[in-house]
Amino acid sequence: MLGKLTIEALPFYSTIAAGGAAITVLGGLVVLALILWLGVRYVWTEWATSVDHKRIGMLYVMFASVMLLRGFADAIMMRSQQAIALNSGGYLPPGHFDQVFSSHGTIMIFFVAMPFLTGLINIIMPQQIGARDVSFPVMNAVSLWFTVAGGALVLISLVIGKFSTAGWTGYPPYSGIQYSPDVGTDYWIWALLIAGVGSTLTGINFLTTIIKRRAPGMTLMRMPLFTWTSFCTSILMVFAFPALTVAAALLALDRIFGMHFFTNEAGGNMMNYINLLWIWGHPEVYILILPAFGIFSEVTATFARKRLFGYASLVYATMAIALLSFMVWLHHFFTMGSSANVNAFFGITTMIIAVPTGVKIFDWLLTMYHGSLKMAAPMYWTVGFIVTFVIGGMTGVLLAVPPVDYLMHNSTFLIAHFHNMLIPGALFGYFAAYMYWFPKAFGFTLDERWGIRAFWFWLIGFWLAFMPLYFLGLMGMPRRMEHYNVAAWQPYLIVAAFGAVLIAAGIGCLIMQLVVSIKNRKEAFDLSGDPWSGRTLEWLTSSPPAPYNFAVVPDVQDVDAFHDMKRRGVAYRRPAAYTDIMLPRNTSLGLITGGFAFVLGFSMVWHIWWLAIVAGMVILMAVAVRSFRDHTEFCLTAAEVQAIEDQRFAALAKAPSHFEDLAPAHGQPVPRGAT
Amino acid sequence: MTDIAAGASALPSSGAEVEIDVYEEKALGFWIYLMSDAIIFALLFATYVVVSKNFAGGPNGQTLFDLVRTFGETMLLLFSSITFGFASVAIRLGKQETALAWLAVTFVLGAAFLGLEISEFTGMIAQDAGPQRSGFLSAFFTLVGTHGLHVTMGLIWIVILALQVLVKGLTPPVVSRLFRLGLFWHFLDIVWIGIFSIVYLPGVL
Amino acid sequence: MLPSDQSESLRPYVIGFVLALVLTAIPFALVAMHILPIFATLVIIAILALIQVAVHLRYFLHIDLEETPQENLIALAFAALLIFIMVGGSLWIMLDLNARMAS
Repeated sequence: MLGKLTIEALPFYSTIAAGGAAITVLGGLVVLALILWLGVRYVWTEWATSVDHKRIGMLYVMFASVMLLRGFADAIMMRSQQAIALNSGGYLPPGHFDQVFSSHGTIMIFFVAMPFLTGLINIIMPQQIGARDVSFPVMNAVSLWFTVAGGALVLISLVIGKFSTAGWTGYPPYSGIQYSPDVGTDYWIWALLIAGVGSTLTGINFLTTIIKRRAPGMTLMRMPLFTWTSFCTSILMVFAFPALTVAAALLALDRIFGMHFFTNEAGGNMMNYINLLWIWGHPEVYILILPAFGIFSEVTATFARKRLFGYASLVYATMAIALLSFMVWLHHFFTMGSSANVNAFFGITTMIIAVPTGVKIFDWLLTMYHGSLKMAAPMYWTVGFIVTFVIGGMTGVLLAVPPVDYLMHNSTFLIAHFHNMLIPGALFGYFAAYMYWFPKAFGFTLDERWGIRAFWFWLIGFWLAFMPLYFLGLMGMPRRMEHYNVAAWQPYLIVAAFGAVLIAAGIGCLIMQLVVSIKNRKEAFDLSGDPWSGRTLEWLTSSPPAPYNFAVVPDVQDVDAFHDMKRRGVAYRRPAAYTDIMLPRNTSLGLITGGFAFVLGFSMVWHIWWLAIVAGMVILMAVAVRSFRDHTEFCLTAAEVQAIEDQRFAALAKAPSHFEDLAPAHGQPVPRGAT
Repeated sequence: MTDIAAGASALPSSGAEVEIDVYEEKALGFWIYLMSDAIIFALLFATYVVVSKNFAGGPNGQTLFDLVRTFGETMLLLFSSITFGFASVAIRLGKQETALAWLAVTFVLGAAFLGLEISEFTGMIAQDAGPQRSGFLSAFFTLVGTHGLHVTMGLIWIVILALQVLVKGLTPPVVSRLFRLGLFWHFLDIVWIGIFSIVYLPGVL
Repeated sequence: MLPSDQSESLRPYVIGFVLALVLTAIPFALVAMHILPIFATLVIIAILALIQVAVHLRYFLHIDLEETPQENLIALAFAALLIFIMVGGSLWIMLDLNARMAS
């Protein structure tokens, strides 16, 4: 009736497990309390059933932020364990330590980075192309709730059962049923399969949106760089996630039905798992970094008060990275034993892929050069990125040399390298975006000082936490060590632990920033919608934008479309009359499909077959029933649009002017405000 | 694309709205989904080839595959593709009854295909040649079975859309859904070309 | 393959059917009757399969290099390229590993 699920699944066998479970349950209760405090009806109508890309995007970012805390808890546990575990067991037994590093990687990649970037693209990209929404708003909601369902599976594994000990990549035969008979690996598989479907659907949605919903006059080569990187990221999502689906599904078939894809005996080939996984895994890391590159492009141009240098080269570099990212995957397993020709081919492609990123770095530097640089918080993250990320890139080129990789593979040198890419690269990009676009999303700017403090703690903390790991790797320390007996390593690990503490302070500053900003929001309202003198169309909308984004779809005549409109004096013109606008209705389909996807995953984990079948059928039936519905939109009348726009222009009139940044056309002052 | 530009003037006026052909948009989205599905099948094919000789001392294609049955399955699927095509023409011409009739024929052919396939699978399992027997058989069952699952989904989809045609008639949304179902159905026939070319025919040689 | 250029005639389906039938019958016959050596048979199977895929794309899915929107064609071409890279790369890697494993 309940499959393998028994009372023993509750974590009372160990204090640490019970502690983790208690914190998870507490976290869930806090979320529940927040919903009750905000009002269930409000949360249901304005957020949970919303199909507005901006709301969905914000929910993605909120989810990612919560999971960042969860994943960071794992990091603190690992750093503190390794700092003390010289010739000692430390405080974290191996079984727990293994779950900790497995969940750390899984959470950070799938439930922090992916939702963060998906959320940012969701909020901003449609506005940047002058669109009113994404192509498939309901599918957008489904994607969100599928992602949350996957995260929920990882979270519930702390309370009921265990998590995987097979790392975030789950290599067989260790992850097969023989060596990992408990449910941990199954939680991992189903979390990934479900979240992966969400990401694939997102990629389809974003691609179609960018292809079909650009404003008139916005040719591909007039799109903002963040939109370009969103486009290429979406291509990667659509074409890479199938490989993860196959790898994880085949592993599941081995585990549940006793098949022999990756087993030792009866004709399995476990090396094929690694091959399939990394066909996904390499494009995945470019999915994580490309949006950050787009963000840095936007931030640099805005705060250098200058058009991006080398727009075309940035676009071509992005496209080159997207294509090449499918041609390097073997560099993740040079040491698996391929012949020299195979290793050499992939080593060379790996070195080649570093070149377009180098082009981008020069483009950003040259954008800043002779620009009028304003060091606002987003720009700090950008400069910190440029300085630090390049080091990680160089170690990547070093690792691309197969004989070097033979020495470095699975050492802490590798850990340092990829964190050097992900933290100063991806995460700093997302933080820059968060501080840059927060006023657009919520209507008030974030506190600058706490943002800059957060930056310094993160930057210095990162350097202290990860640079020692390069040296440790060169000294021979492998990754994932629960304890060790080489005394020479410990000082470095203590420094690294201190770095983690600084990062924790950085997280504290981010939280403080949010608290202080909400408290002081009345002094920081973004009345004009354009707090930074932006160059791209998202700054044309109000802050926060109307549900339809643009009452009148803009007519694009140049790259940096908004800057061009301001220069020509047409940015704030109002039409003679407004028209009715059709908007999609809210729907609970996302919640239903996501909720039952969670049930499906949970029942597959615990072998509750009847429940899995029921959950699957509910999902299919919900989609089928939905397809019968014809009236899925509602009309926002011209009068209602007018009312919203009147408010917008009233606020604009009260906004302080910062058009001194613009070069006036023909010596005339730039007109603004209502005509 | 039937976009209508909002006029050349810098002053946007009301009514000059951008028009998006939502049915073309959905067709593009669905096409991109099919491309991602193609990757899934491609990787299942690659996996199959990698383990296609791993018989683990058990039965291989020569003992298990029956070319007559495979040819029969191929014909059923190919016929179902053109009957769906005939349905598509009827839909285009607005002939509701003809369309439903051809959809029904397509359903029967597809169901017959599945029936043959299920009997093949159960037969193999009965002679201890199930997916747990060897890597080769795991890959065979998964690749061919995934295709069969897709066909099953297609059959369910035919039923649902036939119901919609009965209830609503050949309205634009219903027609657009039938169009996407057609893309799906033909895509599955293309995958089947791969299956008999990579699995069955070489397996017997 | 747009909704708007759905065929109003049965012709493409009939042509496609006949071509597909021939392109199916030949490889089945070759294998059933063991006429050619194995390698030659496999090559012919592969070539005829690719041609039949093109037949399906043209006559059933109405993919036309002039009429079909560019984005659909590019998506198809890109998918084909990636399939070539992923499958080709996987086979190269895995068969190379297999060769180095056998004793």
